[in-house]
Amino acid sequence: MQEDFFPERLIKRFYLFILFLMSITGFGQMPIFKRYYIADIPGLAWLANFYFTHYVHYIGAILLFAIFGYCIVGYLLVGRQRFRLTGSAYIRIVLLTAIAGTGIFRVLKNLPDIVFSPGFTMFVDISHLIFMMIFLLVTAVFLVMKTGWLTLRQ
Amino acid sequence: MKKISRRSFLKTTLAAAGAVGASGLALPASVQGADPKELATLIDIRKCVGCEACVDACKEVNASKFPEPEKPFPKMYPSRVRAADWSEKRDVQDRLTPYTWLFIQSATVTINGEEQTLTIPRRCMHCQNPPCADLCPWGAARKLENGITRIDADICMGGNKCKVVCPWKIPERQTGVGLYLDLLPSLAGNGVMFKCDRCYNRIEKGEPPACIEECPEDVQTIGPRDEIVKRAYAVAKEIGGYVYGETENGGTNTLYVSPVPFETLNKAIEKGPGRPHFKAVEDSMAHADNLAKAMIIAPVAGAVAAVGRFYKAAKSVSETDGKGE
Ligand code: SF4
Ligand code: SF4
Ligand code: SF4
Repeated sequence: MQEDFFPERLIKRFYLFILFLMSITGFGQMPIFKRYYIADIPGLAWLANFYFTHYVHYIGAILLFAIFGYCIVGYLLVGRQRFRLTGSAYIRIVLLTAIAGTGIFRVLKNLPDIVFSPGFTMFVDISHLIFMMIFLLVTAVFLVMKTGWLTLRQ
Repeated sequence: MKKISRRSFLKTTLAAAGAVGASGLALPASVQGADPKELATLIDIRKCVGCEACVDACKEVNASKFPEPEKPFPKMYPSRVRAADWSEKRDVQDRLTPYTWLFIQSATVTINGEEQTLTIPRRCMHCQNPPCADLCPWGAARKLENGITRIDADICMGGNKCKVVCPWKIPERQTGVGLYLDLLPSLAGNGVMFKCDRCYNRIEKGEPPACIEECPEDVQTIGPRDEIVKRAYAVAKEIGGYVYGETENGGTNTLYVSPVPFETLNKAIEKGPGRPHFKAVEDSMAHADNLAKAMIIAPVAGAVAAVGRFYKAAKSVSETDGKGE
């Protein structure tokens, strides 16, 4: 019955929803939703509110970090007895680490007492976006290939 | 109150700030507490006579930074995207524009029963935690260690976000210049945003901002922020006046002292596009600061939840493993 407790379906759905939310609120940090009429669609006006999308992006990051903590510990405690990480999981982990890492630096930048040099600020801002775009692309490929995170140990 | 000589004050503080500016570029040593080295300016509204010498000085020393747009502008899609063109109206001086980073606002108020017109130099406030820089998607707008918020004209795409999130709506757009022209000019970007950069290049050399240097009435003072705040309150106490900027938007590096409450000033000035208000402003980035704390706890909370959920199962698995099943 171990498949029941790891991986957990609910967590997976929640994770995918948060990822979706992070993508749109992340892209919403660029002034594109208003320009391209997306924020004009009834119910989507909030996408053009930079403070609101920023707020949601932060909440999403908090939830995502909680999911990461849960899954890492869950895997170490139980999951790895029966499952091992796939190759695509390693690629995902590397990219997610890069996104989270640059994201953490962006959060630090936004704190009142922290100032980064102009070059580093730009690197962090742009690489966060680029890592996310690579991640989305790679995830789409994995979706087509139908490779998940875990596979049964032989 | 002891009057600090403007020259000597400037020389020492600016030399210190210049040295910091030069040495502060390395990574990650550049991660520094911002406060101690931040320079702020104090604008003593009482002293300003509205001669606009500061406005002219700003235009003169910063002329080389002003946009020289290529025309005709590339067509932009969709059609709702409007070009912002101030290049034929460079002389407009009664509001902020890409060519006027400082203008004089006036307010007719009653002081001690007497009607008076106050003139007030207005420009970017150089927030201590500037939302324009925090929320810029490209890192084009950024805060410098010496308390300046600057938009890099070579990187800015002119998306106007900095203006939307700025509590005073300071940055102004000029279409037809900048990086977007080399990327997808019809589909993304719309020029470059311009605003006061507090003469960052002069400060780097230990020189004061032009508007401060050219003012015949010594309206502005520049120095370390803590000293400027003290000075602002000393002046306010002396004249029974009011301070603006100490806490606005979480604190700015531009402080004003006024003989009348800022509410009164705010009612008396002409406001609107390019003409900032004097309202009380809450810290725009407070939400981010609070949520940042929750971000530290989140992974731990997730891990604890996992331990609670899986601990028993983990034990039983290892037990069965132990039995060599
Ligand atoms: S130069 Fe000085 S007195 Fe003249 S308008 Fe500017 S701040 Fe006021
Ligand atoms: S006043 Fe506006 S433009 Fe100036 S630093 Fe603050 S947020 Fe940025
Ligand atoms: S500090 Fe420099 S850029 Fe800013 S208003 Fe004064 S002269 Fe202009």
